[in-house]
Amino acid sequence: MKRKRTSRIPAGAPTVTRADFKSDQDTRWCPGCGDYSILAQTQHIMPELGIPKENIVFISGIGCSSRFPYYMNTYGFHTIHGRAPTIASGVKMANPDLSVWVITGDGDALSIGGNHFIHLMRRNFNINMLLFNNRIYGLTKGQYSPTSEQGKKTDSTPLGSVDTPFNPISLALASGATFVARSVDIDSGHLRPMLKAAFAHKGTSFIEIYQNCHIFNDDTFELYREKENKADHTVLLEHGEPLVFGAERDKGIRLNGFQPEVVDTTNGEYSIDDLIVHDQYAEDTTLANFLAGMSDTPDMPHPMGIFRSVRHPCYEDLMTSQIRTAKESMGDGDLEALLNAGETWTVS
Amino acid sequence: MRKPVEQIEEATILFAGDSGDGSQTIGTQMTETTALIGNDVATLPDYPAEIRAPAGSLAGVSGFQLHFSSEQIHTPGDLCDVLVAMNPAALKVHLNKLKPNGILIVNVDNFARRNLRLAGYESNPLEDDTLTKYQVFQVELTQLTRKSLETTDLTTGEIDRCKNFFALGMILWFYNRPMEYTMKWIKVKFAKRPEYIESNILALRAGNTYCEATEQFAVSYDVKPATFEPGTYRNIEGNMATVLGLVAASHQSGLPLVYGSYPITPASDILHGLAQYRNFGVVTMQMEDEIAAVGVAIGAAFSGALGVTGSSGPGLALKSEAINLAMIAELPIVVCNIQRAGPSTGMPTKTEQSDLLQMFYGRNGESPIPIIAPSRPYDCFETIYEACHIAIKYRTPVIFLSDLYIGMGAEPWKIPQLSELPEIRANFAVSADTNNGFEPYLRDPETLARPWAKPGTPGLEHRIGGLEKSDVTGHVSYDTENHEKMVEIRAEKVARIADDIPPTEVFGAQEGEILLLGWGGTYGAIRTAVENCTAEGLPIGHVHLRHLNPFPNDLGDILNRFKKILIPELNSGQLRQLIRSTYLINAIGFNKVQGQPFHVFELHSKIDEILKDIGHP
Repeated sequence: MKRKRTSRIPAGAPTVTRADFKSDQDTRWCPGCGDYSILAQTQHIMPELGIPKENIVFISGIGCSSRFPYYMNTYGFHTIHGRAPTIASGVKMANPDLSVWVITGDGDALSIGGNHFIHLMRRNFNINMLLFNNRIYGLTKGQYSPTSEQGKKTDSTPLGSVDTPFNPISLALASGATFVARSVDIDSGHLRPMLKAAFAHKGTSFIEIYQNCHIFNDDTFELYREKENKADHTVLLEHGEPLVFGAERDKGIRLNGFQPEVVDTTNGEYSIDDLIVHDQYAEDTTLANFLAGMSDTPDMPHPMGIFRSVRHPCYEDLMTSQIRTAKESMGDGDLEALLNAGETWTVS
Repeated sequence: MRKPVEQIEEATILFAGDSGDGSQTIGTQMTETTALIGNDVATLPDYPAEIRAPAGSLAGVSGFQLHFSSEQIHTPGDLCDVLVAMNPAALKVHLNKLKPNGILIVNVDNFARRNLRLAGYESNPLEDDTLTKYQVFQVELTQLTRKSLETTDLTTGEIDRCKNFFALGMILWFYNRPMEYTMKWIKVKFAKRPEYIESNILALRAGNTYCEATEQFAVSYDVKPATFEPGTYRNIEGNMATVLGLVAASHQSGLPLVYGSYPITPASDILHGLAQYRNFGVVTMQMEDEIAAVGVAIGAAFSGALGVTGSSGPGLALKSEAINLAMIAELPIVVCNIQRAGPSTGMPTKTEQSDLLQMFYGRNGESPIPIIAPSRPYDCFETIYEACHIAIKYRTPVIFLSDLYIGMGAEPWKIPQLSELPEIRANFAVSADTNNGFEPYLRDPETLARPWAKPGTPGLEHRIGGLEKSDVTGHVSYDTENHEKMVEIRAEKVARIADDIPPTEVFGAQEGEILLLGWGGTYGAIRTAVENCTAEGLPIGHVHLRHLNPFPNDLGDILNRFKKILIPELNSGQLRQLIRSTYLINAIGFNKVQGQPFHVFELHSKIDEILKDIGHP
């Protein structure tokens, strides 16, 4: 088992560009799909990661987003519904050198793959997971998903859905994720740094990406995605900075007891000093959980950025360390001795 | 003066008691000692699914049967010469397994009214005529153990837990076996509790001395060592042989082993076993469910490791979609199914062979997967090694179809030399050999295997997945004719494995009246029955299949050499269906679905019936 860190591109090697990461396959998503932008941003940052293309693996489950690996000129595996985290775990464990990216959607990760999602988060492999959340099943033509709002009318719920949606950020935090972030498909200026931060984080990195399904759930994230709305409906999380937002930068988030609330910082009642100051490195998840809950609260802006980024040991490192220690204390495995272990007798 | 010793050829003993009574422990110890002094031995643990069913209840009875001999043997024995019953429930459950005039040792201290009632005895069988046809030895096992340990500082509860070793001491005396191996084991087992070393050894000796001293036992027995081929031997359970075979395949192929699993009876021992071998680079991952367990094996295979997962029937049901992914992606993984009695949760601690058709057909679409089955505990080593070999050579998932009876049974194993193990070569793709760049579905013309290009190899970046792929290029394809072609290629690839199968061994008659065709854990009973028939000069043969998919190339010819094909199976006739449809012959079934192995006498009566039907003199 190799134990060296993800190898870097040697000095003097030919420069790779965004074009090198485009596969020869035609991209087949619907016109206007948010996936196009996520693919473009991902291809854009890849040459900047400083690792050889052959060490990158994209693994997906099933759904529109899961076509993604076919369009990346890296190693890729389009697997089965919900199971990408398990296959990614095996890929990473067998070769910790690889940079492993899981591409998933709200149905894939949170419905059929919900169990694997929470366990991937807690094991903390150094794997990046991008969840394209469009709050609908696209590939199967528009049934409600586990992130659809309650009351969602679809072909499978003509009278409105009755189940309560998941909050992917809350779920990731509750599962012990060490890096949790949110971004938006078409906001390249935000998504690219988030992708790079996810790569830089050692441990499982989770990004929920608000993604628009133009066909079955158009404008579900209109308030948080469109230029004219998002300043008043999103708040950028920046470590060490107070939570200020609004087109006029005149609003902020303050904690009222256990409840985050929006306050006006210009009317004299509150000032910037009253606002929550973001601490993405806090080990304790209380603040991150408050922030995550904002998107479940009507009329609150949705936080964008890194909710949490803490350093915990990675599964693959703990496992390789067990192997190393065992080899040090017992010696490299001697097969002949192993087969002949225990009580034996000889017949001559 | 030493009491007389009578020479006998073989013996079968059954230890039975509450599941907390330690029957499995003393059964295993008796097995170890018996193997070490050179007898051939075969065992059958039989225990309840409940860890501790209510004390004294019928549901809580745990048994361990062992058969040892001065001849080669293949089964744990039909009926027992000795039954050690630690309580009335154990007596009730197992008395029908004791031979007429067999020796029955009971712990009379446990035959109080409450225990009798729990076992469903209206009156005390020790006092009525229930046991008249047996030699009954009533031993105050609990009192005697307490008395022999009265000088220790242990509590009565702790002392009572030593009584299984008192019983073992008795049986070791009975069959003239040394106590030293058990003492050595006790010292290792209780290294951290010296007071338990002392007490268990005291109890063991006390049981032994008791037999020498008491007038109840007039003679003891001895079974001379069996004749084995020259070599070094150890006693091995099937699941442990599976573990060693996997480690050996990893070691010999140079591929790190990644074993994904989820706890399930009776496969968990493979996970436990492999977890001990980190110094061989073995990675064991206990995952959140069965699907995740096969998922990591598939991921590991994609990364270029030896990916393996193991479970039992219900777990295999959960894994089936992922196994199909490995099939269409043509990645080498090995899937172990240690069968138990189904359907559904079924009887988790009982054996059965009822997953064969599930393994053949339990996946959507046309999904050919090689299936190979070990025939006896030590055979698990060679069979799982071969499973790894086939998987890697042909880039395919392979199903290793074992069962509880083999997995938990034990017998002596002639340890192989490393030089005897076939070479396993991964042959990773290292460069794109065509002008079109790397083509992940450009096949080896002989094996039809596709290249195994692991991530990290420059220039071989490619994408695979569960969608149908275009021949050669591996691009996603909805082309109708390509799909049919790929279905045929995948089937042909598996069919070609038959060319690697050595000629089938026919035991006994090479042609004649009846061929017994078996697979898996029924080997021992079938072989014993056919040996007996052959000794009587009957024209009866035995073929035991390791390769179930594909079948050996010569099987059809062999089947045609016999008038009748009898297929004994611990299911309702699954191999029979396959044989009938493949070879269009009217194979006869002999089927038992009771969670228990065949008795040899059951096979004899079926053989006799067929011989009579066909008018064999």
